[in-house]
Amino acid sequence: MEGVLHQIFSGLANGCIYGSVALALVMIYQSTHHINFAQGELATFSTFIAWALMQAGWPYWAAFGATVAISFVAGLAIQRIILRPVERAPVLTNVIVFIGLLVIVNALSGWIFEHTIKAFPSPFPQKSMLATRFFSAHELGSAAVMVCVLLALYAFFRFTPVGLAMRAAAQNPESARLVGIRVSWMLGVGWGLAAAIGAVAGMMVAPIVFLDPNMMSGILLYGFAAALLGGVDNPWGAVIGGLIVGVLENLLGAYVIGTELKLTVALVLIVGVLTLKPSGLFGKPVVTRV
Amino acid sequence: MSSLLEVRKLCAWYGATQVLYDVDFSLDAGRVTAILGANGAGKTTTLRALCQMVRTSGSIVFDSQRLVGKATEGVVRLGVAHVPDGRGTFTALSVEENLKLGAHVRRDKADVARDIEKMYSRFPRLGERHRQQAGTLSGGEQQMLAISRALMLRPKLLLLDEPSFGLAPLVVAEIFAIMRTINQDDGVSMLLVEQNARLALELADHAYLLETGRVALAGTSEQFKADESVRRSYLGY
Repeated sequence: MEGVLHQIFSGLANGCIYGSVALALVMIYQSTHHINFAQGELATFSTFIAWALMQAGWPYWAAFGATVAISFVAGLAIQRIILRPVERAPVLTNVIVFIGLLVIVNALSGWIFEHTIKAFPSPFPQKSMLATRFFSAHELGSAAVMVCVLLALYAFFRFTPVGLAMRAAAQNPESARLVGIRVSWMLGVGWGLAAAIGAVAGMMVAPIVFLDPNMMSGILLYGFAAALLGGVDNPWGAVIGGLIVGVLENLLGAYVIGTELKLTVALVLIVGVLTLKPSGLFGKPVVTRV
Repeated sequence: MSSLLEVRKLCAWYGATQVLYDVDFSLDAGRVTAILGANGAGKTTTLRALCQMVRTSGSIVFDSQRLVGKATEGVVRLGVAHVPDGRGTFTALSVEENLKLGAHVRRDKADVARDIEKMYSRFPRLGERHRQQAGTLSGGEQQMLAISRALMLRPKLLLLDEPSFGLAPLVVAEIFAIMRTINQDDGVSMLLVEQNARLALELADHAYLLETGRVALAGTSEQFKADESVRRSYLGY
């Protein structure tokens, strides 16, 4: 019993990370109806930046903050420079751009930081008070960080004028323009936020999976599964989807299919959700009035 | 009287299809001008062209600024509020959030809050429902919300696209009465697109009749109302 509980709790901790990757995907999907396939590679690159800063002697939280800020600006810049020209282009064009970004960023990570696997520190020391019977200190700490990110995002969208403008722009771009909202810039801010969330997720997962240029490829698949399971247009769904995927993955991996086949859980979920309930658990089914 | 809006040789396209052909009109500050015409005459397109939501050529001068080539949000920032076809409600947001969005480009927070209260006293039903999701409002309430949202910009010019569309006659009368007070008390100029010509001519000082993308007739509302043949053949009453 103790073992099962442990698997569940550690699944929840992983789930927080999958949930935040899913949230980053949803953030861009909501306003553009595109899935950013490069989300994982961007997060990996961000994590490398944090690693480099720490190698240069920065303390953990300073490097953490700087990385989040740099990632935000980089995400914004990518949208402005690379994606804005294809804003009105067909979906396929955008998909190709995303895949191009994925390959480029992945290659850049390898070129600049090399392919050797690196250890990435956790800010939550194993011997600390945080460690309990069911959670390791890092699991509990990273879950707490993710919850803080979620609350900050919620407050941003709910209580700030820019957040309100972003919701309006995502919902009804034409009306948003008619009240003077610079819709295209709102997409840029959305990209910035997604990149920042991805950076946090990357830094939280790196101590567990170790840092290398392909670190996020598996995590991104779980993120896709989480986003689809929760309903790809629903931010809360993404988070809950993440938690469910995290727990499922751990339980099935430990007791049913073995750790080698864990990633299959994500793939089966993706295919399953898309065939059985494409709108996910909490998404709105798309209905067109004719 | 100076003209607030001068439109010369305005052409507009949807893709490769031309919809407006050399449309000329002007609007004096503080006045209400109506654009009349049948379905497909180009009324909505004229408003959309003013806001640069369709491809246009020609010249549009508003308040001594050239609008052609500007972004829609840039036109709005000059003080042109547009109540679009279909009302453009942010249906998933609350009534109050819709109003706040109307004032998105304003920086005077205290005044914005006061203006929201003003809208609630003008349209008490919006005040009662200020936390409600805007998509759950009735058609008439959504039209009131759309007009209020546009007024939150404190516009110099209000563009209204078929404010009577799909509403019960009593509600229409209420909305038109309020539009009249907005024009008279706040001095907001209006460009009104309407199928209901009788109603529009009651409110407007001037009118233009569009026919397949061209101005077929221009004059004062009195002239339109007095000309029986025009009324019969174009305005249907």
